Amino acid sequence: MLSFEHITQSIDAWLNGEFSPAVAVSLEGVIVGLCAIGLFAILGLVLVLMERKVSARMQVRLGPNRVGPGGSLQTVADTLKLAMKEGLTPSGADKFLFNLAPYVVIAVAMLILAPMAFARGTQIWDLNIGVLYISAISSLSVIGILMAGWASNNKYSLLGAMRSGAQIVSYELSAGISVISVVVLTGSLRISDIIASQQDGWWLFKGHIPAIVSFVIFIIAVTAETNRAPFDLAEAESELTAGFHTEYSGMKFALFFLAEYVNIFIVCGIAATLYLGGWMPLHIGHWEVFNRVMDYIPSSLWFMGKTFFLIFVIMWFRWTFPRLRIDQLLNLEWKYLLPISLLNLMLMTLVAIEGWYF
Amino acid sequence: MIEEIGTTELGDLVINVGPQHPSTHGVLHLVITLNGETIRKVEPHLGYIHRSIEKMCESLSYRQFIYVTSRMDYLSSHINNHACAMCVEKGLQVEVPPRGRVIRVLMDELTRLASHQLWWGAMAMDVGALTPFFHAFREREAINDIMEETCGARLTMNYMVPGGVMADIHPDFQKRVKEFIRFFRTKIDEYDELVTGNIIFKNRMEGVGCLSAEDAVSFGCTGPTARGSGVSCDVRKLYPYEVYGNLAFEEVKETAGDCYARYLVRMQEMRQSLSIIEQLIDNIPEGDFQAKTKAVLKLPKGEWYTRVETARGEFGVYIISEGGMTPYRIKFRSPGFSNLSALDHMARGHKIGDLVAIMGTLDLVIPDIDR
Amino acid sequence: MSVKKYISDVFGAIRSLLKGMRLTGYYFTHRREIITQQYPDNRLEMKLPERFRGEVVMLHDENNEHACTGCTACELACPNGTIKIITKFDMTPEGKKKKALDTFIYHLELCTMCNLCIEACPTDAIKMAQNFEHSVYDRSQLTKKLNKPGSKIREGVE
Repeated sequence: MLSFEHITQSIDAWLNGEFSPAVAVSLEGVIVGLCAIGLFAILGLVLVLMERKVSARMQVRLGPNRVGPGGSLQTVADTLKLAMKEGLTPSGADKFLFNLAPYVVIAVAMLILAPMAFARGTQIWDLNIGVLYISAISSLSVIGILMAGWASNNKYSLLGAMRSGAQIVSYELSAGISVISVVVLTGSLRISDIIASQQDGWWLFKGHIPAIVSFVIFIIAVTAETNRAPFDLAEAESELTAGFHTEYSGMKFALFFLAEYVNIFIVCGIAATLYLGGWMPLHIGHWEVFNRVMDYIPSSLWFMGKTFFLIFVIMWFRWTFPRLRIDQLLNLEWKYLLPISLLNLMLMTLVAIEGWYF
Repeated sequence: MIEEIGTTELGDLVINVGPQHPSTHGVLHLVITLNGETIRKVEPHLGYIHRSIEKMCESLSYRQFIYVTSRMDYLSSHINNHACAMCVEKGLQVEVPPRGRVIRVLMDELTRLASHQLWWGAMAMDVGALTPFFHAFREREAINDIMEETCGARLTMNYMVPGGVMADIHPDFQKRVKEFIRFFRTKIDEYDELVTGNIIFKNRMEGVGCLSAEDAVSFGCTGPTARGSGVSCDVRKLYPYEVYGNLAFEEVKETAGDCYARYLVRMQEMRQSLSIIEQLIDNIPEGDFQAKTKAVLKLPKGEWYTRVETARGEFGVYIISEGGMTPYRIKFRSPGFSNLSALDHMARGHKIGDLVAIMGTLDLVIPDIDR
Repeated sequence: MSVKKYISDVFGAIRSLLKGMRLTGYYFTHRREIITQQYPDNRLEMKLPERFRGEVVMLHDENNEHACTGCTACELACPNGTIKIITKFDMTPEGKKKKALDTFIYHLELCTMCNLCIEACPTDAIKMAQNFEHSVYDRSQLTKKLNKPGSKIREGVE
């Protein structure tokens, strides 16, 4: 069958046969890099269009439907427009940091792709501390944002970047604690172990109440981490400061824009891996027939389906709720989300030790 | 006029909001003095859309100047025209037939509903929820279609003339209004589900922008702005005109005086308008829709003032006539001007995000302020 | 804040948020609620009400005759000088001079569609048409002559 596993293994075998191991590994690195860039491009296309269509349907109107069949080429037109715009660097800006910031943000997004499992056997690097690696690298994106705010030489950008930085750093705590709750159940930090442990059912169902609470907190925390509404004070149009990317135009702005959407995809992918089983089909305990039927659907389709469903939920949040003020945002995290997630972690540990899960 | 705000500390930022800004509902220029993120003073600069309407009216005849008031507060265009027509009728001592009066009140209440719908959509958009704007406009379209069928225009309807209304209502008018009432009653419950009960929205609005009753009276605020602080000032109840004296409706008041109270007052007013329309739509009396007046109107020498309740507050028309075909002076008392003067008092000590919420609940329409 | 209030706050908040999400979810799944009219494609099905104020036109019947006597009531009623009437003197069969309409100039660029001219006309010669697409590339095209060439007043109109 034409599964990803077959393709990757056959390419690996052919390369190792043709060249020496060192050259084969570096060639594989190049291929993986190109695939990652290609994935980003396609994701950007699809997600921007999806956002516009979803928002339109919730607002009783049609989305873009003139460019291409059903509006599918709209993002291509937008990208061409952004590429043709003048890329202005403000005077007095720190040129090196100003130009570096978008690339830092994109590089962080690419690095997180490494341990994610897209299908059975399709993982770039299955390291033994996969989950810890993801948490650690996602903290680096704050550097890119602060760089952009500082290097713009604009007090409003700096204000927006500082607010954004405070928001991201606070919400990482709750996200991290929710991730630990699942690790407690699995007993391992390795991504493939986590997925394999969901062979007989997803953690969301097996881990009942603590897992559901932890899932809800995780989704709220990652919505805040990626600066999405209702936590998008840093880039709100009707507030005063337009955020850390005010001074960017043209292709650099396109990179920030793309990085935001790819970040959403990545965090939804992580949520799908931890709570909804990643590429593992829906199995219920030991119901053999049902499990075999579910196995017919290819694993990459399972992964993409779960991730896009969670992306839809995050978009649903954006178009329903008003915006939170900065003090209400931080209030929510430190007074509500953090205590609840800590209590939940204790509960989950108790459940794991006593074995009170399915 | 620049007043001292006490000591200007080092580090006070002075920034401009507007004139072009997505949330100032028109061309309003605010000069804000900030200390960090807290507002210390707000100074509105007006005049960006001043079109010398009052001066223009001195060279237009009494039939011709009414259309210009549609362009002042364009969301309550019927109500403004109504006030002008009533003032001219006071001067001519002309009695409007009952059918004309009932049609005028029906159009007024439909306009009030449309204005509050747009206010709701724009307010939600300012606070960050972008979906209710489209839902509000869908309902407003229904009212616009009704207006288009009877009056011929959707926004600036020049339908009121001294003596009555310009043309009789369309034969389908009653049917369409009844359909609309049924349609809107379900939608207004949806409005409450989507925005009013939402915890994020309540947190943004409660306790923000408090205006006490004494301050509301001393600034001259009228309309929902003052009624949200408990001041009783509905012109339809205190100085009834046309058929309002015979209708059963309540004056909606809240006592808290913050943004959420003003929001609730307007939502309740929408429901009261619906009940007024329901009481009138089946009982339109037969007869003339316009009293017979001369082709060229001449008011005798004197001064007259009428007041009506628009969606924003009390709108007044003051005509001074020297006995000719054109007035000597016309003065319009616009509700937005007095409501705006309370903005500085309400916004001090709050954050920038709160300023947007406060301006949203004041429901400012800048052409009304600048005339 | 007591523990009980804290927990009830959290649950109340979640319930209000879910109610809002249910509404937008309803609109997302029901495609028939979409009210967008795709404008340039629907010109054939679009029907404007007959009282719609698009622009002022003069009614001509099949003999190319109109009902305008040149009384200039509309010119006097118009608030901003949109209408200009040029009259001439015709010879009646009895040999008397009668005032008649030469040209009816209408400045569409100045018109506010307030309907006062239609109200003022004693013979119902002009009415509002339902045309709203007035954009032109050349401003002189907006100054229109409303009476068609070679038309004259109908018999019996006073």
